[in-house]
Amino acid sequence: MAVLKLEGITQEFGGLRALDSVSLEVEAGNIFGIIGPNGAGKTTLFNIITGIYTPTEGNLFFKDEMITNTSAYNIARLGVGRTFQNIRLFGKLSVLDNVKVGSYGITSSSFFSNLLGLPKAKREEKLVTEKSLELLELVGLVEVRHEYADSLAYGDQRRLEIARALALEPSLLLLDEPAAGMNSSEKLELMELINGIKEQFDLTILLVEHDMNLVMNICDLIAVLDYGKKIAEGNPVEVKSDEKVIMSYLGVEI
Amino acid sequence: MEGFLLQFIDAYYLRILVIIGINIILALGLNLITGVTGQLSMGHAGFMSIGAYTAAILTLQFGLSFGIALLGGAVMAGLFGFLIGIPTLRLEGDYLAMVTIGFGEIIRVFFLNFELGGKATGLYGMTKYTTFTTVWILVIIIVLLNAKLLKSRHGRALYAIRENEIAAEAAGVNTTLMKVLAFTIGAFLAGLAGGLYAHYMGYIAPKDFAFMKSIEILNMVVLGGMGSIPGSILGAFILTIAPEMLRIVDEYRLLFYGALLVILMIFRPNGLLGNVRIYDLKKRFRKKEV
Amino acid sequence: MFWEQLLNGLTLGSTYALIALGYTMVYGIIQLINFAHGEIYMFGAFVGLVLVTVFGLNIIVALVGAMIFCMFLGMLIERIAYRPLRGKSSRLSALISAIGVSIFLSTLMVLIRGPNTTRYPEIIKITTYNIGSISISSLQIIILALATLLMVGLQVMIKKTRVGMAMRACSQDLEASYLMGINVNRVISFTFAVGSALAAAGGVMVGVYYNAVWPYMGLMAGLKAFAAAVLGGIGSIPGAMVGGLTLGVLEIFGVAYLSSSYKDAIAFAILILVLIIRPQGIFGQKKIKKV
Repeated sequence: MAVLKLEGITQEFGGLRALDSVSLEVEAGNIFGIIGPNGAGKTTLFNIITGIYTPTEGNLFFKDEMITNTSAYNIARLGVGRTFQNIRLFGKLSVLDNVKVGSYGITSSSFFSNLLGLPKAKREEKLVTEKSLELLELVGLVEVRHEYADSLAYGDQRRLEIARALALEPSLLLLDEPAAGMNSSEKLELMELINGIKEQFDLTILLVEHDMNLVMNICDLIAVLDYGKKIAEGNPVEVKSDEKVIMSYLGVEI
Repeated sequence: MEGFLLQFIDAYYLRILVIIGINIILALGLNLITGVTGQLSMGHAGFMSIGAYTAAILTLQFGLSFGIALLGGAVMAGLFGFLIGIPTLRLEGDYLAMVTIGFGEIIRVFFLNFELGGKATGLYGMTKYTTFTTVWILVIIIVLLNAKLLKSRHGRALYAIRENEIAAEAAGVNTTLMKVLAFTIGAFLAGLAGGLYAHYMGYIAPKDFAFMKSIEILNMVVLGGMGSIPGSILGAFILTIAPEMLRIVDEYRLLFYGALLVILMIFRPNGLLGNVRIYDLKKRFRKKEV
Repeated sequence: MFWEQLLNGLTLGSTYALIALGYTMVYGIIQLINFAHGEIYMFGAFVGLVLVTVFGLNIIVALVGAMIFCMFLGMLIERIAYRPLRGKSSRLSALISAIGVSIFLSTLMVLIRGPNTTRYPEIIKITTYNIGSISISSLQIIILALATLLMVGLQVMIKKTRVGMAMRACSQDLEASYLMGINVNRVISFTFAVGSALAAAGGVMVGVYYNAVWPYMGLMAGLKAFAAAVLGGIGSIPGAMVGGLTLGVLEIFGVAYLSSSYKDAIAFAILILVLIIRPQGIFGQKKIKKV
């Protein structure tokens, strides 16, 4: 089943065409990579999928439900979690609170039951705390749970973003350059983490990444963007040997 | 209760304590909007005046009981907060600041021309229902509820909006709704404080709720430390007492007040209790032990 | 009647524009609402008055004197109250600091001159010209001409000179400008100087035109000028000019055709309506959300 389907997505910013009629299908349980040079439109694509932008043309579907005009917070509540390329943590909240905010979209205790401390709110809060601690354990940040998020090291901040996204219990997780700024041993750990969470939480993962090694290693399928157009799609072996891809992109790096 | 208290403290100090209580309610309301949610509002006195006038008219003209009048004033102010919040809270930063300044001024000019509110003279002759006890019981209730709110999922969502709006949306927070909610509660509390104020002073006039009053409330929040409940309380304390203490240097009072703001911001830019958490204090304490 | 009101509106609006320019330039570079700007305008008006009455100077000389005085005042304020906060605190703390300066300055003037209104002496012999059915006073002509001159001068300075180029660079990206070797502190200081001089000119003009100055005149004028800057799109220099003129004209028309008791509310009502329809102001550029 296609978890995510994009049909002819075009995005224009005042005359600049950031995406040009891009179509994609992401199957459940896959790790799907999106690669391409800087400015190819990868992050724009993420922003469209998560509802921050509404595409100029085209439609997108999440589990057969059209979400083209759905607002960002509703898309999140449907089960689409994400991390950000330029880390967007809640800097002056504790590490634990960052993850707790992440679960906002799947919790439902009402404003008044929280204000009055009714049993339902208390139960939910307890559950959220437990789950958040588990997630922090998973990404190895449980020790620093009381620190401010912006005091963490760079790699830790990236992992905290993943934990926060997982708190939403997503079925589709979007990772925007999760390895950026990491050294090679951190990258190895990250690969393990991504594979691990995919199995543990039964996730479909969409991944934008510059590190070819990482992408080729963990992705089932890869789409290549160049100047807003999709120029190739296939498994790592196919993409590596695609002439257009080598010309426009890979040739320089490998 | 007042009589009992007066045996121990001077009427003058009792009066200051009441004003401090009212200012704490104002500061906590604005703290929710500006300190916690990060939406710069500079027209808080406008909501206070709506509450003050509504409550005063309800007791004076309609002979309603004090409790109902207070609630009426607060609800009216909250309603205005809600109505103004919807179209304006999508504006960012300083544009929102300007709109709230404008709102405060429009309300003030409205009351200057408001027949039922006595125009520029204002309203007088309200029974002084507001006592030390009423004010401080309300303060305690509001502080407790406020603390409860900020520790809940909704409170965290509000902080998250301040820290990073887009990331908050990505976590499923309906940021517009939450901002309007914060704005409405803040306005409600300002209206409540207004009603208390009107029935403490016994008279109100549009000039009591001018732009500088909004600024004064904002100063309390920022000085105390944005988003911190103890901070807002401390800010309200200091900025109510400071002008009183500066009375010794009477005509230079505001001069010192202005200079004080500059100096405090230079040396404590995050406010007195900004980014100070009990956890950090404990940690520091523990380190010293070791 | 219509044309005369329009003329009155433009005269008032050109003084708003002069003050609004200072707000918008400072905001464009360091994103600070310089709350003390209204008080600088008030100081300009008083310095002009003192130069005319106590020193018996010619009004034009007094205007220049007031502008120079306020240039230094603006730079001094920036040095003492804003620079120490820059880079290490939130914009809100800087705003509170600015509010502190504003309270300090208006109180200082109350201490010096008392809280009451002082009348400007009749400095310029006012003649009224009639063109068709419109009457225009010589004072209005002088104000409009001076304001135009100052605004054109500002435009030329920003577009043609080195320091103007540095200012434009800083308003694009302060950090990058610093890395490119621009002395950012000096540019900011200079921006305060220019903005303050323009506000002082506005102050003297208003003093002469309305024949009155008082220590709290800066508050409302400052708020309205800030509204004008926001109306035009804050950070935009042509925006401040257009915003100021628009606000002045609409305010005069509002008073003439609606009600004078709502005078101070009209400017803000217009502003709110415009912002709800066009959140970035008339000349402001729509920002694409950067993620």
